[in-house]
Amino acid sequence: MLLEVEGLCVNYGHIEAIRDISFSVPEGSVTTLIGANGAGKTTTLKTLSGIRKVRAGSVKFDGKDITHAAPYERVKLGISQSPEGRRCFVGMSVRENLDMGAFVRNDRKSKAYQEDMDRVLTLFPRLSERINQSAGTMSGGEQQMLAIGRALMARPRLLLLDEPSMGLAPKLIAQIFSIIKEINAQGTTVLLVEQNAAQALKAADDAHILETGEIVRSGKGSELAGDDSVKAAYLGGDI
Amino acid sequence: MSKLKLSLSKLPKPVKIAMWVLLAILAYALPLLEPPFITTPGVDFGGVLFVVTMYMLVALGLNIVVGYAGLLDLGYVGFYAVGAYTAAILTSFHANWPLLFALPIAVLASTISGVLLGAPTLRVRGDYLAIVTLGFGEIIRLVAVNTEWLGERKGISNVARPPSVGGTEGLFEIPHLYWGDGTVLIDTQDTTKFLVFGVLDQIPYYWLGLTVVIIMLFADYLIKNSRVGRAWEATREDEDAAELMGVPTFRFKLLAFATGAFIGGLAGALYASRQNFINPDSFLLLFSILFLAAVVVGGQGNRWGVLVGATLVAYLPQRFREFDDFRVLVFGLALVALAILRPEGLFPPRRTVRAKQLEQELEELEVGTDGEEKAHA
Repeated sequence: MLLEVEGLCVNYGHIEAIRDISFSVPEGSVTTLIGANGAGKTTTLKTLSGIRKVRAGSVKFDGKDITHAAPYERVKLGISQSPEGRRCFVGMSVRENLDMGAFVRNDRKSKAYQEDMDRVLTLFPRLSERINQSAGTMSGGEQQMLAIGRALMARPRLLLLDEPSMGLAPKLIAQIFSIIKEINAQGTTVLLVEQNAAQALKAADDAHILETGEIVRSGKGSELAGDDSVKAAYLGGDI
Repeated sequence: MSKLKLSLSKLPKPVKIAMWVLLAILAYALPLLEPPFITTPGVDFGGVLFVVTMYMLVALGLNIVVGYAGLLDLGYVGFYAVGAYTAAILTSFHANWPLLFALPIAVLASTISGVLLGAPTLRVRGDYLAIVTLGFGEIIRLVAVNTEWLGERKGISNVARPPSVGGTEGLFEIPHLYWGDGTVLIDTQDTTKFLVFGVLDQIPYYWLGLTVVIIMLFADYLIKNSRVGRAWEATREDEDAAELMGVPTFRFKLLAFATGAFIGGLAGALYASRQNFINPDSFLLLFSILFLAAVVVGGQGNRWGVLVGATLVAYLPQRFREFDDFRVLVFGLALVALAILRPEGLFPPRRTVRAKQLEQELEELEVGTDGEEKAHA
């Protein structure tokens, strides 16, 4: 297992945002956490990145306990995130944003760095067209591509994606998801948080459903996608 | 303006370097040339220029904190005071060190005070930091007022001057220009001794100040374009996103604070040495506000902008001294006018300009891509 979460609890003040959740992400997989607004998906990812403090439980990455590691230590270990709402550096150009993604690397002048840059620009040709444009002037879809590309520049072993489909047109969502599959095929493990359950379950090997801070169902992506109660609750189907 | 910039940037490198050198020579020669309209009637021109360089130094330091790292510091005068008092204590009040030995200690003391203030307070964000720093500046002054060891209200006199090169007569004398009615003469009666740091002639202090400013400009350029500069920029734009990129934002904010304190302390020590005397009234809250005004007026985040801002804030009140109390009113009016006409400062950095354009362009772009997506579908 690349990532193992055991009995994780996270609070916002006195409010319990996450109650005792456990799940794991196998190496090489696409794992998804789906759920409605306020279910605790984003909090889970923030906790995995070290932005939120853990109240109880443990997080292990590649067998190493990182429950209390600082965010930059986790990036160095190989966990990087494309955050909710993209959060691109709007005053910086596309290239500068991608360079920021590689902040923890010290091989800026190396061939490997250039290869990673080329890889990102091949995945997202739109970004290479706009390489010197400032990120703030780009559309939502382009900013989403930049946020994912930026996270890839850290050479992550585990890529955390927080709602990459948010606010995008259906055509663009399909494109983003096919790129996620491609990133995974190139060897990066992906943990995907989504409200768009249909797309997420289709793309995922394993899936977990979060409801008010607890995992209520777990299974294979295809299995849950075919389940009637899941369909009723998340996929807009009727029983 | 931008056209001028473009044509300047196209010039070959040797020409550019020559222009910079010429500009520097002109800056050094300014108090000797005593050009009419620019000189300050009734106040020693060299002395005013020295104060301008101190404001420039302070503005460069505060620009790192406010402009680069995005931390609002309302108590910057505190670091200036720590530098000045350390130099004063070591060279006059409690010891007899030469200034050159006291200077590194003064700078070290202010840097440490920056770290001590920053370590607990940089964990809070935004408004709270402004309030805490505001308190820090006042606390430093009040401690000086109430501590016998620091000279209380009387202050400390006989602060050491920089060592004169070539004894009291200096190495050589440089004559000033005399501007008559329509004629310009070399005035051999009015000369500046090179390099004598005395009581009357302030010009050598200005040269010292200008040299330090130029060195700091180079340092500022190097640090802004380094990994550290990029980390500051990311932290200022979006602290959480910067953390996710692996930037230990707290450490970099602390570094910005310490660097700012370093430069502030250096300026304070040089100021104390030129003044020969300091007391707590040299470190009022007003100065923190003036320093911040220099940075904001010039355009925070742009090193050349803040130099212009510092020049305006330090020079204009001296130039228009004859208007007496009205100059404060005029200064206030000028600031209000600036706030309305150029809210990002006189020379905002490229990024701020881009961010401003963004809002309009974004709308057009969104419309554009919507059309494209439909075309794809």
